Amino acid sequence: MKVFEEIVQQTKAYYCIDCGICTGSCPVARVNPRFSPRLNVEKSLLQLEGEIVEDRELWSCLTCGTCSYRCPSLVDYQSFVLSSRIEARKAGREGMLTHDGVLKLMMELQTFAFPQTRTGWIPKEVKTSAKGEYLYWVGCLPHFDVIFKDYGTHSLQSAVNALRILNRLGITPVVSPEERCCGHDLLWNGDIESFRKLARYNIGMLKKYGVSKVICSCPEGYRTLKVEYPKLVGDTGVEVIHISQLIAQGIKEGKLFLNPLEQKVTYQDPCRLGRLSGIYDEPREVIRHIPGLQLLEMERNRVDAICCGTTGWVNCTSCSKQIQTDRLKEAISTGAQTIITACPKCKIHFQCALINSDLSIEIKDMLDLIGEVI
Amino acid sequence: MMSEYEPRIICFACNWCSYPGADLAGVSRIQYPPNARIIRTMCSARVSPVFVLRAFQQGADGVLVTGCHIGDCHYISGNERAEENMKRTAEILDLLGIGKDRLRLEWVSAGEGGRFAEVMTSFVQQIKKLGKLKLKEI
Repeated sequence: MKVFEEIVQQTKAYYCIDCGICTGSCPVARVNPRFSPRLNVEKSLLQLEGEIVEDRELWSCLTCGTCSYRCPSLVDYQSFVLSSRIEARKAGREGMLTHDGVLKLMMELQTFAFPQTRTGWIPKEVKTSAKGEYLYWVGCLPHFDVIFKDYGTHSLQSAVNALRILNRLGITPVVSPEERCCGHDLLWNGDIESFRKLARYNIGMLKKYGVSKVICSCPEGYRTLKVEYPKLVGDTGVEVIHISQLIAQGIKEGKLFLNPLEQKVTYQDPCRLGRLSGIYDEPREVIRHIPGLQLLEMERNRVDAICCGTTGWVNCTSCSKQIQTDRLKEAISTGAQTIITACPKCKIHFQCALINSDLSIEIKDMLDLIGEVI
Repeated sequence: MMSEYEPRIICFACNWCSYPGADLAGVSRIQYPPNARIIRTMCSARVSPVFVLRAFQQGADGVLVTGCHIGDCHYISGNERAEENMKRTAEILDLLGIGKDRLRLEWVSAGEGGRFAEVMTSFVQQIKKLGKLKLKEI
């Protein structure tokens, strides 16, 4: 296949020195011996593309970026997986969908121009505006809230808290009823056409509202808007900010006062926020700023943090559960009572693993924690 | 003269009550609009949100889910599950902008051929009022 030659060129797979650091670092390979990033790169160099495309394990990759980060030859394995998945999708392959595929269908249905009603959750006490400088990107939170009701994750609560915090910082953001799925999961599952459609729509929507800054609370939305949109579709014309950056800045400027809270917590770096966007310090600064709160680091933190076990709602297997329970045990071993995460998906995945195990620890979104103390 | 708009409706009927109910409507020659394609499932709880969403994605204008009356489920509590499932599906439909009015859950027993026809007639009217679901891309 000609395409794979291009993929090898683009991702610099030809630099691979066969050292195996990628497979050794991979959280999936640790629990699933059938999965090996090194082998996939080798296959592409030996022109065994057919095997890569057919392989079910292609969809097991978490695209968490640990391998690319550690690769001494700077092979971009994430893009390699992304491009391979696009090819695999063309060949009619797909990952095993979790939750019966409802999330994928919901994302696909957002490519149709139905008049959405997605701002009904905003409580009266928070202020939003119709026009302005800032837009708060809600993302999938309203959808997650409905689907994962049984898990008790209350995804929308963090959106409400985000708005409360922004109000405290003196920001009255626009919350757009016309916002649609950012397309992150569709992209990483190889459905680049739907991704492009959504991206073009969202860029148009942002221009229509005339905002200059977009505040994301979801790391996936943050990275998609900030990196993937300009790379694959076109300039968004806005500055994309993660909410933790704003909060950290607000604390420094003395705009936000936090009440004391006696608790031991640990922080889970979401892959899209940490390794892939380089935001490690801001969430920690914010958490540390709460008086009485003790932040204990897990053994594998920051760039070495382990992913929450599934991405893109595909291939959630016993291996994912293993990754999640291992991570939960690591968090418990720090002596923390609560895991703080900045990603709604991490929260859902860990909560799911927690329900199915006899471990006991609380999982909380960073915004919910801040929401408690303002 | 332009013919009246005929909606396309997908009806899920459970094997133990609603499907025989629809059958009874047929053998009793009760008239009801022919807009629905009836799909038999073993239980109304089998109808996952995905079935409903996919029906809309593929051009249905309305989805009717029917099952045994509460307390009569062949699997004891399947219909209670279905009720919960459809409540959530309705919320998702609202979020997506398809609208929860295009989905209805009804209980029809095997002896209620007349009721099946009534439910179908009123649902078809409801969808006619709402009009066609336009699958226009963004």
